[in-house]
Amino acid sequence: MAEATASAQHHAPPQSFIRKYVFSVDHKVIGKQYFALALVAVFVGMVLSWLMRVHLVWPGFAIPGLHFLSKVGAAGNVMTPEYYLSLMTMHGTLMVFFVLTNAPFAAFGNYFLPIQIGAEDMAFPRFNMMSFWTTFVAFCVLVAAFFVKDGPPISGWTAYAPLSAVGSDAGPGLGLGQTLWGLSIAIFCLASLLGSLNFIATTLDLRVKGMTLSRMPLCTWAWFITSCIALLAFAVLLPACILLVLDRTAGTSFFIPSGLVVNDNLQPHSGGSPLLWQHLFWFFGHPEVYIAILPAMGIVSHVLINSMRRPLLSHKVVIACMMTIGFLSYMVWGHHMFVSGMNPFSALVFSFPTLVITIPATIMTLIWLGSLYGSKLRINTASLYALGFISMFVSGGVSGFFLAQPSIDIYLHATYFVVGHFHMVMGVAALFGVFAGTYFWFPKMTGRMMNESLGKLHFLLTFIGTYCIFMPFHYLGMAGNVRRYSTFVADYLQPLMPVHRFITIAALVTGAAQFIFLFNLIYSRFKGAPAGDNPWEATSLEWSTSSPPPFDNFGGKHPIVYHDPYQYGVEGSKGDYIMQTSPEPEEAK
Amino acid sequence: MGKLFGVVIAVIAIASAVPIVMHTWDPPPNISTHGHAIDEQLSDTMLEAGISFLAAQLFLAFFVWKFAGRKDGAIKSFPGGARAMVIAALVLVGSEILALGVLGQKAWASVYFSPPAANALLVQAQAGQFAFYFRYPGPDGKFGVIHPDKINEGELNFFGLDPENDVEARDDIVSAELAIPSDREVHLLMHAKDVGHSFYVRELRIQQDFVPGLDLGLHFTATKPGKYEIVCTQLCGLGHYNMKAYLSVLSQGDFDEWLKQKASEQ
Amino acid sequence: MAVTVDELQQIAIDDEVSGVGGGENLVPIAGQLIAIGDHSPEPSRTGIWVALAAITMTFAAFTSALIVSQGSGPKWQHISLPPILYLNTLVLIASSFTLEFARSRVAIFARGQNAQHSVPMAWLCATLLLGFLFVAGQYAAWLRLKASGLYLATNLSSSFFYVLTAVHALHVLGGLAALAMVIKRFTEPVLTLRKSTLDSTSYYWHFMGILWLYLLLVLWMKL
Repeated sequence: MAEATASAQHHAPPQSFIRKYVFSVDHKVIGKQYFALALVAVFVGMVLSWLMRVHLVWPGFAIPGLHFLSKVGAAGNVMTPEYYLSLMTMHGTLMVFFVLTNAPFAAFGNYFLPIQIGAEDMAFPRFNMMSFWTTFVAFCVLVAAFFVKDGPPISGWTAYAPLSAVGSDAGPGLGLGQTLWGLSIAIFCLASLLGSLNFIATTLDLRVKGMTLSRMPLCTWAWFITSCIALLAFAVLLPACILLVLDRTAGTSFFIPSGLVVNDNLQPHSGGSPLLWQHLFWFFGHPEVYIAILPAMGIVSHVLINSMRRPLLSHKVVIACMMTIGFLSYMVWGHHMFVSGMNPFSALVFSFPTLVITIPATIMTLIWLGSLYGSKLRINTASLYALGFISMFVSGGVSGFFLAQPSIDIYLHATYFVVGHFHMVMGVAALFGVFAGTYFWFPKMTGRMMNESLGKLHFLLTFIGTYCIFMPFHYLGMAGNVRRYSTFVADYLQPLMPVHRFITIAALVTGAAQFIFLFNLIYSRFKGAPAGDNPWEATSLEWSTSSPPPFDNFGGKHPIVYHDPYQYGVEGSKGDYIMQTSPEPEEAK
Repeated sequence: MGKLFGVVIAVIAIASAVPIVMHTWDPPPNISTHGHAIDEQLSDTMLEAGISFLAAQLFLAFFVWKFAGRKDGAIKSFPGGARAMVIAALVLVGSEILALGVLGQKAWASVYFSPPAANALLVQAQAGQFAFYFRYPGPDGKFGVIHPDKINEGELNFFGLDPENDVEARDDIVSAELAIPSDREVHLLMHAKDVGHSFYVRELRIQQDFVPGLDLGLHFTATKPGKYEIVCTQLCGLGHYNMKAYLSVLSQGDFDEWLKQKASEQ
Repeated sequence: MAVTVDELQQIAIDDEVSGVGGGENLVPIAGQLIAIGDHSPEPSRTGIWVALAAITMTFAAFTSALIVSQGSGPKWQHISLPPILYLNTLVLIASSFTLEFARSRVAIFARGQNAQHSVPMAWLCATLLLGFLFVAGQYAAWLRLKASGLYLATNLSSSFFYVLTAVHALHVLGGLAALAMVIKRFTEPVLTLRKSTLDSTSYYWHFMGILWLYLLLVLWMKL
């Protein structure tokens, strides 16, 4: 491996425990911190979903221990309707923000982006440390909502005004808890903006010699595109949350019109627009879901190429598709608002780009499938999750095609069809991307392999389990089953209860299977087989350094890059691949 | 494991399609004049989506099954390469978008782009935590003004009417049930009392939010007498799950009887 | 200060190499590694434009909120702007000029053409002072509004006034902190101030001025 001359270190290695593991400026530590936070958030979010599902099918059931969580919301261990909505709101908020924005993007991106471009660290290491700890503060503020007197907010992760803006008159769960929600998300926005700034500057300015933009791995590209989207999206959510908190605490009326009689009290507000909240929120909210899925697409491509031992049919087309998706994601937010009372003509305007965004997504899916053809597919847990992602992405994407059409949305809006759609793409597909990345990069981060048998068991149970949970959601939606109901009392919903029971059982079993993953993570960290530098025979820069990498990633040397990132299937090379840092010339293929 | 996984994908894909093909959990039969276009749109989309879904999953299953664990031979490229995929995506998705986009425009337009008929039955719906109330204008054809400060559920003054001072309010007919005659266009005015709500009747293929501060109108024609559920679909607080009312579609004669009866109860 | 001109030239004041390249294809030809110049920009240069893009987006969101609010009801009561705002505007624009004078004097100093430390310092401090004067003037504008009975929640027009000016003032305070840091670095015995830091701070500061002009227009107009 060729080496350039050593240069001065970005910053000296830390000595104290606090500087090494707590307030660290090392992007690898920060990446692991984000991962740990996401892990805590996902298990909390998952438990919340169990509580919800159990209540839905056995409403009067006294869930043991629930009253410890809330004496008011679960007196006698039986959940009140408003507490169901609180758990639902916290589930959504935790999952979308603290899991799906953190894990595929902040965690893996922070750890691997600098290494994959040959840098010693991010461009602004101290901002990076601030980003993580600001995210942590946001998490604490959100969780604090569980413990306030009026309980956590009940307006959903979407917090539509005026329900979220008028305060406690509108019911329990709309007091301090909702304000804490607004503050938490505002703080999260600040953290995300800092993080995105870092990703963008690092990608543009810290690439090592020979690392042209087109030689960056696909996951690096995905993180870069995602950070551009995130920068502009979170910059809009922040003012929205500020205005919401002001409406709640300072008596302003940004989102509250006049003449509202809530709980027999005429509200002293006037002039505001509930639709304004929806526009601001969804202008952020739609790009947000692409922030969740794009890194997963990048990770999956990266893992898949390694497992298939060949590059994708076209590197440049995939990058162009990801950029197109990122760009179009800003044009479609109104498709969440087809029946919201906005101008019906705008519905058609939003519908068109929503349908068009299917095109790059389809191109990518076809390229993944087409690249499988004629490949030498290696099966391991990481590649299984990458393949599983394709299946889930197809399932989730296809249901989106229904919702993109306003006339069909008249029937399917606010039903379980929507819930099924977004869970399949975000809750499953994006999460599969995270799993793929975890099983793939765990050896690099820890120097040890995860247990393959446990991994495969985890995969099979999760793949089948999530289909059992979320595919039926679509059938429920077709029957018109409305979402965000804490109990199903309408006449037409009664015949659907057996489906709900099936889903609840599937959710509990699949949830239990996640403990296999947790066990595997912890056990392998200490007892896993030693991994070596390049257990997957991979080509990108992270595999050219030790497992785990040294403090400055490359041991004082700057790698030099000679090749594109996916030199697999090369005839006559040692093994069937050439690493990016190897000066070995490429064979004409 | 690779081959097993290929089989699993195929089984799940086919199993997922079964309830759709068997129409196990279909939407209820349509009872509105515009609903037929929506249903057609829905089944066209289901056909294309279903074919795309099955094709993608089965190809995935097949390729995983065939190429997992393959060690010998050279790497082969799919004929046409990336270019074929781009063209296929553009052609397939592009044509679907054109077909559905054009069709969809008509279905959407029939609900939103035509004004209500001049002789449509005027009804107002008010959504508030956690009930719907409906009001008919009475013989004068006009609604009395809503005075928010006069709303009093205890005294059954759901709309905050002031019959003493408002002439138009005197003959307004308020009801917790929405009754309409069949085969006559209804113009529904929608008013939100407190927070956001939504009006959803599955059989009518109608869904529209109530927006506080914005008085919206919706028009439709029901074709089949019967009793149907109206449910709230916009999260409005703890009672959201229980916020519902009944829509009675009656023959014109029965409707006139009903309205007379209700007027006498005011 | 006992720093020689030569030493000054050693000190990084121009675009220096921090990242080590990217940009060139380096497949070895005939086994020889081709050496090429490998400069990538200082990350703070990219960083400042990224930050300005985010801030622009935030104020774009506020603007669209303002437009929607003005259009959503006939009850909009447009407040008239306190006249002190125009004085504050002049102060802020003046501070951009003083900052530009400061930059060119710093460059002259750093090139060793003039060892006078006090002239660039004066211009930098003038900028800082004008910046504080601006914030104080904004506060005076709020007091004026309060005196005429217009508080944060009085009506939507006053709400937007307070929110937009407050958020802008917060960002200006951030700029003042950066200016203070620049001054501190400039006063150290060995010059540690990088040109890229001074440039980035200046771009940010000028942006605050442009942003203020925009906000003034938007608050004044009936959209």
